[in-house]
Amino acid sequence: MVTRDDVIETVVILFKKAHTELPDDVINGLRKAYEREDGVAKSILKALLDNIDASRTLKVPMCQDTGIPIVFIELGRDLCINFDLKDAIIEGVKRATKEVPLRPNAVHPITRKNPGTNVGLHIPQIDIDLVEGDRMKITVMPKGAGSENVSSLKMLLPSEVSKIERFIIEAVKNARGKPCPPIIVGVGIGSTFDGSAKLAKKALLRNIDSMNEFELNVLEKINSLGIGPSGLGGKTTALAVLAEMGYCHTASLPVAVNIQCWANRRASAVLR
Amino acid sequence: MTEHRLRTPVEKEEILRMDAGDVVYISGTMVTARDEAHIRMIEYLERGEELPFRVEDVVIYHCGPIIVEENGRYRAISAGPTTSARMNPLTPEVLEKVDRMVMVGKGGMNEDVVRALKNKGVYLAYTGGAGALAAQAIKEVQGVYWEDLGMPEAVWVFEVEDFGPCIVGIDARGNSLYREVEKTVEENFKLILSQP
Repeated sequence: MVTRDDVIETVVILFKKAHTELPDDVINGLRKAYEREDGVAKSILKALLDNIDASRTLKVPMCQDTGIPIVFIELGRDLCINFDLKDAIIEGVKRATKEVPLRPNAVHPITRKNPGTNVGLHIPQIDIDLVEGDRMKITVMPKGAGSENVSSLKMLLPSEVSKIERFIIEAVKNARGKPCPPIIVGVGIGSTFDGSAKLAKKALLRNIDSMNEFELNVLEKINSLGIGPSGLGGKTTALAVLAEMGYCHTASLPVAVNIQCWANRRASAVLR
Repeated sequence: MTEHRLRTPVEKEEILRMDAGDVVYISGTMVTARDEAHIRMIEYLERGEELPFRVEDVVIYHCGPIIVEENGRYRAISAGPTTSARMNPLTPEVLEKVDRMVMVGKGGMNEDVVRALKNKGVYLAYTGGAGALAAQAIKEVQGVYWEDLGMPEAVWVFEVEDFGPCIVGIDARGNSLYREVEKTVEENFKLILSQP
């Protein structure tokens, strides 16, 4: 049985983990980049690897931008819960904000008033998917603004399939040093206006070593741009391109590019 | 590539000695300022009112730290730079009213800022996202102004020791590493498009 307290506790633990332990696939990607770079680019990657070590050892957030809280739930249809799941997640985010601690980032969009809790209208963002089984998988993804701000979405025409690649590379080119490269490029192809953005965001949850031929090809082109770590030039602009697809209306071709900084923070746990 | 050890208050001659690409380590006082603090600074300067801190004497840090309070004292636990480009439309207005200014941030600033920095100031880049590492160079949080803006946007006063390495991204002679990289990136982009 899964209780309200289990969910709250798990959300707190997962945010702590996400902010202090970068996933191994991303650390390995940064290490490989460090090996192939030299000069300023190498010294920046050295600082990043030192920063990741300091964060893990001192148990403090690797980046002060602890992001906007996003929580993905995969809910097994055979699992019975007798409490308000969303409310439990919100409580978990409030507690994580105090206990990790997280920077209070969530503000009113117009007045810019900050309640100090990372909780507000539609925040935390909660995505619930119903799946087979009797388990609940909780994934947290704190998303920083530097990379979110340079993300991009375009409604291409059905005749413009060949322009998808250009749109992705152009989004990265226009972002230059702003999103804290080396970045991870999440891409959503198809679905609807909002659906493509969701696909792009979910793509960022994938292991960066799981790239297919299309993704590897786009990555190679992105890395030939020369933006480099921190945007000061170099061979490593991105560690990965991860694309997800969904069927779309015969008259449309949405493409979303969700850019993620090197701090590709994500953590999951399964409750049953 | 020269290495500079910068101690606040910074003299104009030291600013003018720095070249784009040089490495800098900062000791002394750094004061955080993001979007909201810049807006308020401009309001003060336009009214001719004195700011609670002297822009000329400190290093302005584009940063929204995570601060904890322990036994009545503040401590910065993660404090890397924020995206400086958001301050592009605000920085020239501040520069107009001050004699000199050293800024630290990440991601670079535009040509309006490059022009405004001429003979006045430099822009230094610290590694984007390295918040835990940056906090280790912050020896003390000396105080805070404008706390009503919220933790990320408030003006925090840090005492730092050997804060770095920072790279001179824009110097006081109009040189910008970001302009150089941008030129290369645009050329490479055209090359990528011309390939089948």
